[in-house]
Amino acid sequence: MKPYRYQRARDIPGAISALAEEPNATFLAGGTNLVDLLKLGVMEPEVLVDVRRLTSDSVEELPDGGVRIGAAVTNSNLAADRTIRSRYPVLSEALLSGASGQLRNLATTGGNLLQHTRCVYWQDTTTPCNKREPGSGCSALEGHNKNHAILGASEHCVATHPSDMAVAMTALDAFVVVQGRNGEHRIPIEELHRLPGDEPWRDTTLEHGELITAVDLPLLDLAANSKYRKVRERASYAFALVSVAAALDVGEDGTVRDVRLALGGVAHKPWRATKAEEALRGEPINKANLRAAADIELEDAELLRDNAFKVPLARNVIVRTLLDLAEGR
Amino acid sequence: MSITTTGRAIGRAVDRIEGPQKVTGTARYAYEHETEYPLYLYPVQSEIARGRVARIDARSAEALPGVVIVITHENAPQLADTHDKELAVLQSDEVAFRGQYVGAVVAESFEVARHAARLVSVVYDEESHDVGLRADRVDLYAPDQLNAGFETDTAEGDVDGALSSAAVTLDETYTTPMEHNNPMEPHTTVAVWDEGDLTLYDSTQGVHTVRRTVARIFGLERDRVRVVAPHVGGGFGSKGLPHANTILTTLAAQMIEGRPIKFALTRQQMFSGVGYRTPTIQRIRLGADEEGRLTAISHDVIELSAKIKEFAEQTASATRTMYATENRRTTHRLAALDLPVPSWMRAPGEAPGMYALEVAMDEMAERCDLDPIEFRTRNEPEVDAETGLPYSSRNLIACLREGAERFGWEGRDPTPRARRDGRWLIGTGVAAAMYPVYRMPGTRARVRSLGEGRYAVEIGAVDIGTGTWTALTQIAADALGVGIGAIELRIGDTNLPSASVAGGSSGITVWGSTIFEAARLFRERHGEDPSEGDTVEAGTPDNPETENYSMSAFGAYFAEARVDEDTGEVRVPRMTGVFAVGQVINAQTARSQFIGGMTMGLGMALHEESLVDERFGHVVNHDFAEYHIPTNADVGEIDVAWIDEEDPHVNPMGSKGIGEIGIVGSPAAVANAVYHATGVRVRDLPITPDKLLR
Ligand SMILES: Cc1cc2nc3c(=O)[nH]c(=O)nc-3n(C[C@H](O)[C@H](O)[C@H](O)COP(=O)(O)OP(=O)(O)OC[C@H]3O[C@@H](n4cnc5c(N)ncnc54)[C@H](O)[C@@H]3O)c2cc1C
Ligand code: SF4
Repeated sequence: MKPYRYQRARDIPGAISALAEEPNATFLAGGTNLVDLLKLGVMEPEVLVDVRRLTSDSVEELPDGGVRIGAAVTNSNLAADRTIRSRYPVLSEALLSGASGQLRNLATTGGNLLQHTRCVYWQDTTTPCNKREPGSGCSALEGHNKNHAILGASEHCVATHPSDMAVAMTALDAFVVVQGRNGEHRIPIEELHRLPGDEPWRDTTLEHGELITAVDLPLLDLAANSKYRKVRERASYAFALVSVAAALDVGEDGTVRDVRLALGGVAHKPWRATKAEEALRGEPINKANLRAAADIELEDAELLRDNAFKVPLARNVIVRTLLDLAEGR
Repeated sequence: MSITTTGRAIGRAVDRIEGPQKVTGTARYAYEHETEYPLYLYPVQSEIARGRVARIDARSAEALPGVVIVITHENAPQLADTHDKELAVLQSDEVAFRGQYVGAVVAESFEVARHAARLVSVVYDEESHDVGLRADRVDLYAPDQLNAGFETDTAEGDVDGALSSAAVTLDETYTTPMEHNNPMEPHTTVAVWDEGDLTLYDSTQGVHTVRRTVARIFGLERDRVRVVAPHVGGGFGSKGLPHANTILTTLAAQMIEGRPIKFALTRQQMFSGVGYRTPTIQRIRLGADEEGRLTAISHDVIELSAKIKEFAEQTASATRTMYATENRRTTHRLAALDLPVPSWMRAPGEAPGMYALEVAMDEMAERCDLDPIEFRTRNEPEVDAETGLPYSSRNLIACLREGAERFGWEGRDPTPRARRDGRWLIGTGVAAAMYPVYRMPGTRARVRSLGEGRYAVEIGAVDIGTGTWTALTQIAADALGVGIGAIELRIGDTNLPSASVAGGSSGITVWGSTIFEAARLFRERHGEDPSEGDTVEAGTPDNPETENYSMSAFGAYFAEARVDEDTGEVRVPRMTGVFAVGQVINAQTARSQFIGGMTMGLGMALHEESLVDERFGHVVNHDFAEYHIPTNADVGEIDVAWIDEEDPHVNPMGSKGIGEIGIVGSPAAVANAVYHATGVRVRDLPITPDKLLR
């Protein structure tokens, strides 16, 4: 591991300017992802600026009926929060499906959002990777790519975003509160993570030195009827092959009044399934319609050597999760 | 701890003697031995799979404060014996596999060593490599013999004729992937040179094996090498033979006399150079008559070996004796590849081989329209077909019956995909297994009176976490006719009499027999009331009964699988294992071995797979986030039992080995249950959701 300077800023502006002064500096939160990457030599910052104590570590109700989650709230605390569990169960379930108890005790909301891909080639400095070393090539494209993207990828990178929490937040229309040198702004979570395009080294739209301070969940009544379903290769402690975050409101007449749907494990970012949502609104909730909607969402899927199974898997899980919600399961 | 001074100790559930030390953190593992001013080693590993090291520039690494030396083939001392290419560390510029040690940094701290290793720049002359195991390779070859001395091929009767005239036939290919043993404690060596004397604290399954190898390679007298391993955090075969890490550490210590060197592998490094289970491609052909009696068995194995050193696993060996038939053929062919050398992994050969055979038996039972237990019963042999000898005891059928009873097998509807609970498809499966009673040469034991009725029992055996400390104490107590509290067991040190490796489930058979012999001689010479200091040392006595009997342990395995029909996720809520292993020495640690073995088999069925990227030549999923083994949530209820089996022939304890039999049949039981649940026969392990989604 390359030696680095460890810094603890006094306040948020201090942390932001610490990064502004040093192009090769990075924020450290729980460290559960970053420290591994330091050991592997995948990331070699000169300076680590510890932000764990700078941002809020509590979940507050907002005047408009939503909630604000401080960036330093741990994954464990967020999953256990009463408001989250009753009003946004999908988020609590997503968090509890991730990592392990020990890791969730350390991992933070900000760090979880910005955790890096688990692409094995990215994590191995002896293999080419456009994300780690622009222009060196993408080893996953023709390598082991069972865990890789089926939607929105490019010939330069087919990595997936590994977070479960972010998938739930995407279904919930969350906003990410970001502070930079020019003050604070809120961005829809859908605009936080990027698709790889021809700049796969850029994971997010954040500028160097911008700090996530909170995540806002808007008031969303249908979120009380929401669910997270994660499919993985063992019962616990594995990243998603495919996951689905869904919230559903079905009218008296059995038609879909409103729906939120997001997929994990399929793309470089949490994938909001807007096409499927649109196809479902106003339609009777039944297996055929759900299948059709899922197919519309997945019709642009581009398959690699090992990941074709993700299409039927995603379709089945979408159908099953929404049916379960409709049936109050 | 339950200590009584009278009564038979063998067979009781005695708490682990070293338990308190382990839970209080005072049991010393290799890395934890106190040494003065140690240095830390971090290896530089090759980034090509074949070729030569053209240039090494270590200047920036050497310039780093704290770096003591960078070792490469250019400055490494010449080893006395470079015959074994796996162990000829840093002896030439040749690169034989990706991840091979091409250098090492020794520094004042682990962190500095690790950082410096990344600063060593190595330029290679790369040659094209070849790491793909495929059945259609033209260069597959038959080794002279297989591991453990098994014959490469066997043939009896007219297999082709029997197959073509059989009423029912099967011809299927089964594959098992490369797997890596990953004990909790990674391979670790601490090497201390002191004026020509070498002490190694090594995480090993055999201190004397390490001593022998290191002495040979460094050209040292054996008595100048001491190897110490009081506690080892698992091995599963990967610590059965010394690997390059031990040689590298010793070599570094030789270059920097006076400073102990420590080297513990990272988890990632466990995936290159300390052994793995060869992948296999196994074609099985079976023929049976109308009554479901096997008329032909053919088992053809393709597996890999390394170019630098042959490793020929005995995958089809169990097929030679498991069931009765008059026409039988087994073959083994190897592909020698640019990969690290495969090694032992719990039940090497038996586990992958029995997986294929027992799934084939399940398929064949279905084709014969017979219950799989009945099918096996009809094909139970009278004698060991390979040697013609009767079995010293063979209670497979009893295991199957007892297991069926415990598991609730009776009344099972054989129709696949017939039971469900909501979206979960439910199935049950059964499999059988055997594991030979291996005996290894080279063990001695010493009994010494400590006075006041107490005895020191000394033997260089190693406890790799299996419970050897406790089991040998029990054996010694019974052998001397005293309580276990009267025994002071000493193991894990080459200063003690030489002992064979803790492998092949042979430890208790060999070490126990030897302790019995030493105790017998001790009583013969010194009587029941010896003087303090009276000592007797003995070697393992021959067991003439091995000429008269074939000796194996047997087991029956049952599993319930639930498969989510939407996702292909498999859950195994319960398993039953019933074993015929002779006398169980310690009911408690034996149970742990069976549960652990069955759990490892569950992982073999559903999770474990090392993914080699053929372009690069190395395993890319080289950590525990990507290389999956079962988590607690994957392991349901595991019901373990053994039948009362008295085997007067096998050894004085009447015990067969138990370390490996637990894994052997469990993958097939799970695979057969998954088939029964889904109607989908996945023949390629591991059975992951993608293979079940249709
Ligand atoms: C074995 C293992 C299994 C796992 N399994 C799962 C799983 O199944 N599902 C899942 O979702 N996750 C999983 N994780 C990942 C885990 O959720 C993340 O490691 C964790 O959420 C990261 O949070 P952290 O606070 O530790 O971030 P850190 O490691 O401290 O940081 C991660 C990144 O975020 C940046 N960062 C942190 N905070 C901020 C901020 N406030 N503003 C701007 N940038 C910031 C850091 O610079 C760094 O680049 C697993 C991790 C491990 C090690
Ligand atoms: S998928 Fe992306 S992260 Fe993985 S190797 Fe390709 S470029 Fe790198």
